[in-house]
Amino acid sequence: MTAQSPGELRQPPSREAGPFAWFYSPRVRGWLTQLAVFLLLAWGLYAIIFNTQANLKKLNQNFGFDFLTQAAGFDLSTSLIAYSSNATNARALVVGLLNTILIAVLGIIFATVIGFIVGIMRLSRNKVVAGAATLYVEVVRNIPLLLQIFIWYALVLKPLPGVKGAINLFDMIFISNRGVTMPHPLFEEGAWLAPVFLFGALVATWFFRRWARKKQEQTGKSTPVWLTSIPIILLSPVLGLALAGWPLTFDYPSLAGFNFKGGMTIVPEMLALLLALSIYTATYIAETVRAGILAVSHGQSEAAAALGLSRGKALRLVVIPQAMRVIIPPLASQYLNLTKNSSLAIAVGYPDFMYLGGTVNNQTGKAIEVVFILMVVYLGLSLLTAAFMNWFNSRMKLVER
Amino acid sequence: MTLAYVRTEDAPKRPPPATTAGTWARLRDQFAPTPLSGLATIVIAALLAWTAWTIIHWALISAVWSAPDREACNAVGAGACWPFVKAKALQWVYGFYPIEERWRANLVFLLGGISLLGLLVPQIPLKGLNALFFFLIYPVLTFYLLRGDHFGLVRVDTDQWGGLLVTLIVALTGIVASMPIGILLALGRRSKMPVVRSLSTAFIEIVRGVPLVTVLFMASVMFPLFMPPGVNPDKLLKALIGVALFSAAYMAETVRGGLQAIPKGQYEASMAVGLSYWRMMLLIIMPQALKVVIPGIVNSFISLFKDTSLVSIIGIFDLFNMVQSGFNDAKWASAQTGNTGYFVLGLVYWAFCFAMSRYSQFIERRLNTGHKR
Repeated sequence: MTAQSPGELRQPPSREAGPFAWFYSPRVRGWLTQLAVFLLLAWGLYAIIFNTQANLKKLNQNFGFDFLTQAAGFDLSTSLIAYSSNATNARALVVGLLNTILIAVLGIIFATVIGFIVGIMRLSRNKVVAGAATLYVEVVRNIPLLLQIFIWYALVLKPLPGVKGAINLFDMIFISNRGVTMPHPLFEEGAWLAPVFLFGALVATWFFRRWARKKQEQTGKSTPVWLTSIPIILLSPVLGLALAGWPLTFDYPSLAGFNFKGGMTIVPEMLALLLALSIYTATYIAETVRAGILAVSHGQSEAAAALGLSRGKALRLVVIPQAMRVIIPPLASQYLNLTKNSSLAIAVGYPDFMYLGGTVNNQTGKAIEVVFILMVVYLGLSLLTAAFMNWFNSRMKLVER
Repeated sequence: MTLAYVRTEDAPKRPPPATTAGTWARLRDQFAPTPLSGLATIVIAALLAWTAWTIIHWALISAVWSAPDREACNAVGAGACWPFVKAKALQWVYGFYPIEERWRANLVFLLGGISLLGLLVPQIPLKGLNALFFFLIYPVLTFYLLRGDHFGLVRVDTDQWGGLLVTLIVALTGIVASMPIGILLALGRRSKMPVVRSLSTAFIEIVRGVPLVTVLFMASVMFPLFMPPGVNPDKLLKALIGVALFSAAYMAETVRGGLQAIPKGQYEASMAVGLSYWRMMLLIIMPQALKVVIPGIVNSFISLFKDTSLVSIIGIFDLFNMVQSGFNDAKWASAQTGNTGYFVLGLVYWAFCFAMSRYSQFIERRLNTGHKR
């Protein structure tokens, strides 16, 4: 074997040696890039702050949150807490936040129920049932939510009769174009017994469920837990009220002049918003549920059928619990979307948080402060929903070794 | 050890299944496998038939087809008010764009349509050139064509733009701006540089955590304060910036999903052959990652298209606002005007979004052929 003469040693490329080698080191480059980004950002921030100060000076304004304690000076169509135009801007914003939370919670409940039903319907053997569900999803999902809110508003709620000709249900509930007016419960001294009884019933149900489960594991006999506990839970506050001597009266609405007096009213704007939000979000939830169920391996439902479970029971006891693990993460993001989409209330004039943010801004001209509050609160709501769904997800997760 | 909850004796025998062969059995299996299911079939079929009949009756049978003004549409029992649509249709497409200059908008539609067709149909060659045209040249060309003031064209300010034209401009801006910004943000979020990573993450999470209405509101009231005094940005421009930032944050998360789907070996292999970071991304990672997330990208375009309707809230006369503002026209305001307008709006948005979702499914099937089980 002849020794190979080494080829002429090539000069290392200038990138790896020489006075500028450091410039090609990934580490140095990384730091330089970050420094550049940081400086760019700092310069941008400086320009923004400088410009804003100059602009505010020109508008004769100063930055500060003292407008929150000033009187709002505008009225609202609906509020969950006491509110008048003398209340502070801060209180007005709280009213909006509560309305947003109300819409979001109700919307999430309705959308979940509709979404699960439609998602399961889409997988039905029955061609008509599956077809109707597909039609619903394909039509509703492809139309902007804003348009749907207006359609519900125009189609269902505007044709309702005026206050004078309101649809009268047992002299208690009145349906008119001002919304649904119904009796308002008034609690008096001693009504605290009702929530106490409700809590007691919930605790008792929890123990009952544990006992029933233990019994089933030991003897194989199942106890109808839900059938017995749901009536108990529902009846317990009534029992509490009865024991306390019925400290509950209703404020019945009555026609007075051009509007209803007393009672409580669900304004049509809220109904339109709620209908549109739940029906629109339900299509996305239905698709999530369908995908989740399809993700459960076929063997699972076959095994359930082999054990003699009916299709309904197989779905409820075997397939859905496993599908939930796939469903929950996208479900969480749909809940977030619904909460954020509730800000479209501004289009129909339902006083939610976004609407009141806009109104307060119009009244006080504190654009920066209002946008800051809006962003912080919506971010907070998003984080809260995300945290709750994470907790729920970790509970439903497959327990692995 | 015996388990109490395990059966020791057989479960009761069930009756044998009914015949499963023949037309009758197949029909029963499809429409009424159980009595309850059969009942559902009847109820749902009746409901569907009633809905279909209501819509057909309203839109065709009792509709008003031609009338000079609202008189006929206001009659009791009148259905859709089609003359209103006929009278307003051109305004819904072009907004207040001067009539003698509308050929410019038509040219924009035509160029966009051709370029988009070239991009979307897989068989048409020159994808790279086409993409270059669509994402770089076309937006600039659109701006100069529509606004004019150069090359002997009359100046048409943005407050005269409106209708479907503006809806498409907002959607297009969102799409064109969100791709590069979204890709950069996605890369930033996966970067090893802490400053870049935390800034990208913060931007993405903040924008995704707030509603688009808030972002648009911020763009319209706060953005002018950030500008040097005396500079008051155009109303449409403010909306476009808001939409672009919003869609970029969502696009970033879609692209990140694609980046995560690429096996680590691809990164390591490209580093082993000595590619720099940007070459690795441009030549190896991005082509694969973007291909994986094409359905996701189309889906975010669909939601972007639907979301363009929100610019009407900050007073832009897009298609939605244009149609709605026609309801108050004294010549046409009638009981059915609003319903007809919403019906047309629904059809237009639905057609666009449905076409996009079908395309997404088509491309998903095309890309999936390799992995079919």
